[in-house]
Amino acid sequence: MTTNIQTAQAGGKTAIHPGKQAKIAPSVVLFAGWLVPGAGHLLLGKWVRGTLLLLSITAMFAIGIALQGKVYVPSSGDPLDILGFVGDLGAGALYLLAHLFDLGHAPVVTAFADYGTKFIVVAGLLNLVSAVDAHSLANGRKQS
Amino acid sequence: MTLTHFSAVVLFSLFTSVVFGITQRSEPKMMIRFGALCFVLFVGGTIAASWLMWAIKH
Repeated sequence: MTTNIQTAQAGGKTAIHPGKQAKIAPSVVLFAGWLVPGAGHLLLGKWVRGTLLLLSITAMFAIGIALQGKVYVPSSGDPLDILGFVGDLGAGALYLLAHLFDLGHAPVVTAFADYGTKFIVVAGLLNLVSAVDAHSLANGRKQS
Repeated sequence: MTLTHFSAVVLFSLFTSVVFGITQRSEPKMMIRFGALCFVLFVGGTIAASWLMWAIKH
């Protein structure tokens, strides 16, 4: 798969063989990748990957907003809304800006607004995936 | 902003496949292949599910 984890023949124990580690602290890469989509990869010099991630996640979030999707807030009290908030929060600065400028629409009244809500949540979740990937690159768990 | 249902599917699949391709594979060639596979499965799966729902209704 993507990592350089090799399972030892004897005993089935998993051994991690660190690859080339970055000069930047992995935690910084993880935080940057969460805050700005693709920033973790850009910090590691992965320009093409970082740019593609930035464009994809930002476009997905922006389309969700343009479709009048719902931007979840943490204080609604509904457990499903809290899950939606966690997904939205994964988008980092995009979510903070959307919350700050009161973007999105709270009542979802059309099918496309519902699509927009899903676009926003999935953009956040994909950003978390990309931030963790950048972290794996920084700590040598993923070789390239 | 207005989209058709199909264009919404295509956009969703495109952006998601790009991220999956980059994050789930190590080599650029494999990233492209995996991203393309994800895109085809997303769009193809949606079309198949749509026809299935149509068949159930009729």
